[in-house]
Amino acid sequence: MSAFQLLNGLTYAALLFVVASGFTLIFGLLRIVNLAHGALYLVGGYIGFSIASGTGSFVLGGLGAMAAVAAIGFVLDQGLLRFVGNNELRQVLLTLGFAFVLDDMALVIWGGDSFTVPIPHMLKGGMHVFGVYYPTYRLFVLATGIVVFAGLWLLLNHTRLGALIRAGVDDAEMVEASGVNIRRVFLVTFLLGSALAGLGGLMGGAFLSLYPSADAEILVFSLAIVIIGGRGSLVGVGVGSLLVGLLNTLGQVMFPELAYFVIFGPMALLLAFRPLGLFGRATPA
Amino acid sequence: MSNAGSAPIKIAGLTGRSLVVVLLVLATTAALPLVLSNYQLELATEMLIFGVLAMSIDILSGFAGRTSLGHGAIFGVSGYVVVYASAQAGFSPAAAILLGVIAATAVAIIFALLAVRTSGVYFLLLTLALGMIVWGICLRWTQVTGGENGLRGDVRPAFLAGHRAFYWAVLAATTVVSYAMWRFVRSPFGLTLLGIRDSESRMKSLGYNVPLHLFIGFAVSGFFAGISGALYALFNNFVSPSTVALEQSVEGVLMMIAGGVGTLFGGFVGAAAIIALENVVSAYTERWQTVLGLTFIVIMIFAPDGIIGALRAILPRGGLARERYKD
Repeated sequence: MSAFQLLNGLTYAALLFVVASGFTLIFGLLRIVNLAHGALYLVGGYIGFSIASGTGSFVLGGLGAMAAVAAIGFVLDQGLLRFVGNNELRQVLLTLGFAFVLDDMALVIWGGDSFTVPIPHMLKGGMHVFGVYYPTYRLFVLATGIVVFAGLWLLLNHTRLGALIRAGVDDAEMVEASGVNIRRVFLVTFLLGSALAGLGGLMGGAFLSLYPSADAEILVFSLAIVIIGGRGSLVGVGVGSLLVGLLNTLGQVMFPELAYFVIFGPMALLLAFRPLGLFGRATPA
Repeated sequence: MSNAGSAPIKIAGLTGRSLVVVLLVLATTAALPLVLSNYQLELATEMLIFGVLAMSIDILSGFAGRTSLGHGAIFGVSGYVVVYASAQAGFSPAAAILLGVIAATAVAIIFALLAVRTSGVYFLLLTLALGMIVWGICLRWTQVTGGENGLRGDVRPAFLAGHRAFYWAVLAATTVVSYAMWRFVRSPFGLTLLGIRDSESRMKSLGYNVPLHLFIGFAVSGFFAGISGALYALFNNFVSPSTVALEQSVEGVLMMIAGGVGTLFGGFVGAAAIIALENVVSAYTERWQTVLGLTFIVIMIFAPDGIIGALRAILPRGGLARERYKD
């Protein structure tokens, strides 16, 4: 792999990390596999696109996308998911139904054309890194991925909320029994996870472009990352994103017809032998 | 055929009253071509085919407690192989169908090898991901699968070309396959699957080989999904990546749930309801996907036991099935 392809893989991994970290936060703490996460990514991208092209501000687009998608997440969590209890199958299929509705509504509002979020002036063009001339914006995505990782790491390991989330991943009932309002922690986590999908949508929308089925690939890669990394593990998402991002680039370069197989083959094998993923831990039933 | 003495009369494992019901249902469905238009008959054919798919998913979901999000892929592989074998490789329709079902069973065996060790939400995710591999291969392996354009080919033999003849053929196949599935889930093996669904650890400590049972259950379920996919290839004469896509698996699961998890024959009720809904809705609006999504949400919130389950709650003496799905 050339340095250029390596950078492609790394920047794609950074984008996947932003999206999948939100996915794993929700899966890890709330035990909800949110199959609407890809749709949240896509809708976040569209909203970010509309705001960024309307106001000319990429930052406003990002904030708007995160806020809007968090609001949609609020509706999903408080308006719908609370009615299906802890039945995994019902949760999964409900979020899938929600994704169908979101995708279709996005098609009504933004149509079937593909859009690219406008990049701010200072991120246009390219720069020399590792001996290759590489687009500045993709390096910015890589940097953002690292910043999000650092931010989440600080949040989870050095704040009270983070301690509650980590405790909740291990044993939510015990946390509740010690007098914490775990529902509020659940809600904050759900909103944060959704907002990360929205941020990912804006970032991805600027270099992968947005089109009606763009959510499927992101969702499936997020699933692969969480399966590889293990439920609720931040390091797991990081490692999983790197693996999936690099394998995807490698697969597209070397076996374009079997690119999916290059990612999902190893993942299926891993899951068969380590059902909880690389960094997943068994939880008390 | 009747037994002497006090034992209830049994024909093919059915006792008197249920035998009458089965014969009535069969007679009614067999008479449908006399009253339906060609278009309605096509819909009825489609309902039968997808009913079989929903039932095959129910074998795993309702009786082994493992819901597969990859059965659309197994179904679709059979369809692809049938169309490819007959239209491109020149096999006879019968041989093509046989190859399709074998291919689907082989795919199911691979899925099963990887998936039987997992349960709950990981089983969902793994089968979903395995289905995505199949979809990716169908989409990208252009020389064989035709890529996005899919494969087209006149698979149906001449004597099944008419709407009525084909409907009766599908009905006959569906009847045989449904009977086989019903016997399967009521066999000692099927009861073992039920035991695994209810308590895996107990079955393990009783000495049952749980992964082996799940493996065989998955393979059998895939075999039936393959039959459904082969019928679909004959019905549609066309397969494309959307035949193997996640939406296919998901619609199958929705039909199974709408009919009632663990009711087996509910698969036909669910398939009929979803296909009828799709056709009614499509006449009024292009937003079928939204309606489908809302249907999902409404069923998950209000009728998780499906249509049959909801009816049974209203009419407590409904005798459609004994087994009920438990969380």
